[in-house]
Amino acid sequence: MYNFEFAKPTTIADAVEALGHEEAQALGGGQTLLPTMKQRLAAPATLVSLNAIPEMIGVCLNDAGEVCIGGATTHAMVVREAAAHYPALAALASHIGDPAVRNRGTIGGSLANNDPSACYPAAALASGATIKTNTRDIAADDYFQGMFETALNDGEIITEVRFPVPQTANYQKFVQPASRFALVGVFVAQFADGVRVAVTGASSDGVFRWTEAEAALSGDFSKSAVDGLSVPSGSMISDLHGSGDYRAHLVKVMTGRAVAAAG
Amino acid sequence: MPKDHGIGASSKRREDVRFLTGRGRYTDDINLYGQAYVHFLRSDVAHGTLNGIDTSEAEGMPGVIRIFTGKDFEGVGGLPCGWQVTDKHGNPMQEPGHPILAQGKVRHVGDPIAAVVAETAAQARSAAEAIAVDIHELPAVIDMRKALEPGAPKVHDDLDSNLCYDWGFVEENKGAVDEAFSKAAHVTTLELVNNRLAPNAMEPRVAVGDYAAGTDDSTLYTTSQNPHVIRLLMGAFVLGIPEHKLRVVAPDVGGGFGSKIFHYAEEAFCTFAAKQLKRPVKWTCSRSEAFISDAHGRDHVTKIELALDADNNFMAIRTDTCANMGAYLSTFAPSVPTWLHGTLMAGNYKTPLIYVNVKAVFTNTVPVDAYRGAGRPEATFQLERLIDKAARELGVDPVELRRQNFITEFPYATPVAVEYDTGDYHATMDKLLIMIDRDGFDARAAKSKEAGKLRGLGINCYIEACGIAPSALVGQLGARAGLYESATVRVNATGGIVVMTGSHSHGQGHETSFAQVVADMIGIPEAQIEIVHGDTANTPMGMGTYGSRSIAVGGSAMVRATEKIISKAKKIAAHLMEASDSDIELKDGQFTVAGTDKSVAWGDVTLAAYVPHNYPLTELEPGLEETAFYDPNNFTYPAGAYACEVEVDPETGKVKICSFAAADDFGNVINPMIVSGQVHGGLAQGIGQALLENVSYDADGQLLSASYMDYAMPRADDLPFYQVDHSCVTPCTHNPLGVKGCGEAGAIGSPPAVVNAVIDALHRGGMTHVGHIDMPLTSARVWTAMQG
Repeated sequence: MYNFEFAKPTTIADAVEALGHEEAQALGGGQTLLPTMKQRLAAPATLVSLNAIPEMIGVCLNDAGEVCIGGATTHAMVVREAAAHYPALAALASHIGDPAVRNRGTIGGSLANNDPSACYPAAALASGATIKTNTRDIAADDYFQGMFETALNDGEIITEVRFPVPQTANYQKFVQPASRFALVGVFVAQFADGVRVAVTGASSDGVFRWTEAEAALSGDFSKSAVDGLSVPSGSMISDLHGSGDYRAHLVKVMTGRAVAAAG
Repeated sequence: MPKDHGIGASSKRREDVRFLTGRGRYTDDINLYGQAYVHFLRSDVAHGTLNGIDTSEAEGMPGVIRIFTGKDFEGVGGLPCGWQVTDKHGNPMQEPGHPILAQGKVRHVGDPIAAVVAETAAQARSAAEAIAVDIHELPAVIDMRKALEPGAPKVHDDLDSNLCYDWGFVEENKGAVDEAFSKAAHVTTLELVNNRLAPNAMEPRVAVGDYAAGTDDSTLYTTSQNPHVIRLLMGAFVLGIPEHKLRVVAPDVGGGFGSKIFHYAEEAFCTFAAKQLKRPVKWTCSRSEAFISDAHGRDHVTKIELALDADNNFMAIRTDTCANMGAYLSTFAPSVPTWLHGTLMAGNYKTPLIYVNVKAVFTNTVPVDAYRGAGRPEATFQLERLIDKAARELGVDPVELRRQNFITEFPYATPVAVEYDTGDYHATMDKLLIMIDRDGFDARAAKSKEAGKLRGLGINCYIEACGIAPSALVGQLGARAGLYESATVRVNATGGIVVMTGSHSHGQGHETSFAQVVADMIGIPEAQIEIVHGDTANTPMGMGTYGSRSIAVGGSAMVRATEKIISKAKKIAAHLMEASDSDIELKDGQFTVAGTDKSVAWGDVTLAAYVPHNYPLTELEPGLEETAFYDPNNFTYPAGAYACEVEVDPETGKVKICSFAAADDFGNVINPMIVSGQVHGGLAQGIGQALLENVSYDADGQLLSASYMDYAMPRADDLPFYQVDHSCVTPCTHNPLGVKGCGEAGAIGSPPAVVNAVIDALHRGGMTHVGHIDMPLTSARVWTAMQG
């Protein structure tokens, strides 16, 4: 790790100001950034911690019935505090990494990084969440723009994520055996006006909606509704942990299981 | 009732007090006054010509003391190889040089090119990044079969080819073996891979070199399983320092699994640089660096065939193996696929004719050497997978096919040069079948089926040769070392004992189990005995710990030395009681004159030895200290039967281990708890190999599995609760304790059980086209095999 300056602002405004400096980098829980810095693969001049900004921490319900999670809220807090409002989201958070990761890592950090194998992007996309930043609201459908790519501008901070709560939902993760990130993860959410299905881990384009399954499940929310479908393997990741064909197959299996579990 | 002390008692591991409370003293805990730090700049390409190294910018960076390159080692020896294999034509193997820092070429990702010594580790690393290296990249050879093709790029330009040796064993039997195959009623053939593994000891390697200019003494603190071997190899072959001017200390070591046997470049560098710079020099390996610098294990590609007669008796076995050496010959690499592998191809079976061919191959990969089991897991996996396949082809019960061919009379001379002294393979199989409730399998399988899962049962046997080894024999086989062990037993005046052993404990619990043996022999509390190991300055020359040899060879040396102590103590006791020493008996720490009520205590005798006022000084020297060296007559042959039950998820290919049972015959057992722990650890590594672990290179020689993000280590929830048993005992016939060794059995015996179980599950699920799946049996591989 190279030397760096460290700022720990207590307001969003101060954080934005600090991030305006050259080579400044926002620090969430640091569960990706710090290992990267230790390997000297990243060398920000200044780290701006977002973890001491009270208005960015916590879980609540807003008047629209959305679960609102502050951008600097840890996974562990989501597990505890979202369980009553959105059990499938809390369950997802409870299986990210290990206890140490869950007590440091934050939802804003995860969504800003947009690792193609991370869990939260699937929940945000399948829920039709709104990513609220210091400057604007971004719909999840517009937010995820490919592997490690998002709609965020330089210096823009995720201050809150708002999740509409579906009637029923479930996340199924098939883990990559070494990292235990998602080899394939599928989040299925059934709303009054239809079903949304988001897939993480599988595609070289990052998290995506499996629209064919959404259409089938919106008409018939049952495991058998996806039996006849197939996922094109073209954009699927092929690596030492599994071929594109295998991942495509798992997308279907995990979707079916998520539907069955959501029941 | 279980014993509460001495041999056979599950005494608590005394070393765990310091290990579990953070008070261990590992090499990285050693920090010397004025210490500098080294960072190695390593090759990031697999193969290339080293055109130039420009260190000018780096030399001016903060804290830099000196930068070393290959040029600095041009009058210094390279890393030696400790075993010379003779090929099937009677010629010695091709043995390339192995420089401390690359000279002329780099040959694998991780090959050290330069070493920066600086005031801090971070400064050394920063300066290393500023070194400009001009490498002309060359095509890499990664695949062994391609490496052997004519015209393949050569890893070593000065060798004839990438073939280290072509070994035939026993070459004279080849004709007879081929003839048996031509007459066989049935031949089963299997092609398989024994996957390459990274050893991953919890403690990465560390070295601290120190030099005392006033006395010209060099000291190396290092993470080693055998400090005396390192002192000899490094002193005599690399740096030219005689043993009396070189001390090697291996303090608490956090796991080795073979990877800390070998003499590595970093150790020699730190010792060399400390003398050059007159300052201590420290290197601490990072986990990332370990993946590209610790010797890897396994990596065989094999075709094996079994010939059976019309009654299903094994007639002959024929194997053809390519074994990966990596880019250089690590210390004992050539012995692993030959003498630790070919000699085990008989297994537990009376196959009269066996021919083993092994081609050892250089590739642009990290060197490969012994890893827990070393050659014996490879032999066991081939044989026990093959027998399972044969049973399936013949439609016979795999257990019965094994039983029918078991060796039952001992001693038994195999056709592959070793003689099993004792064993009872039916006993461990009988025990295993009780442990696993084989009769209840169908009901369990039906229950799994209801849950949509395919259940399978895999059973196999294993035998291994350990307690290595008779020095004269291994000398004939090419070892450039003896394989005895040593112990000095020092009795103090007040009766306490210090045993200085040439064995080394890096997790095995010697400080506990060795003390149990001496306590038992003399009849005093274990707490009165201290076991000292790991420092060449205060232990007799010994060969260290690997090959499950410590209790069988080191323990035997300790027994011999203790016998000498007892013999002398009896003479002193006889003098004190005015009796003949032939009438003296020692029991529970009391010397008595047989048939009388006269007695003196252990402490009376030890005090007399050091305060010899009333002492037979004309006949006996004062003091009570004895040394013994023990050279075994034979290997020891632990054996057993293992079973694994799995559930396969037919939708995803995911394998879940439901149960694992191990019935082992380790001969006599000193500490059953420690033995169980050794088996547990071995099973975890064997199951890890079978399901998860794999070192993977791409075609250019880049390591794909270079961190725990991609190299899958077994975690607790990947593993079942084990059933282990070591109540079947046929004591070793040729060592004083009747012990065989237990350190590697779990890793040797478990992979075939897992794979046999998965294949069984798939066949029961109707997927009879799946003959074999190469390890690791990841979900992706199992699912792909199921698709046909």
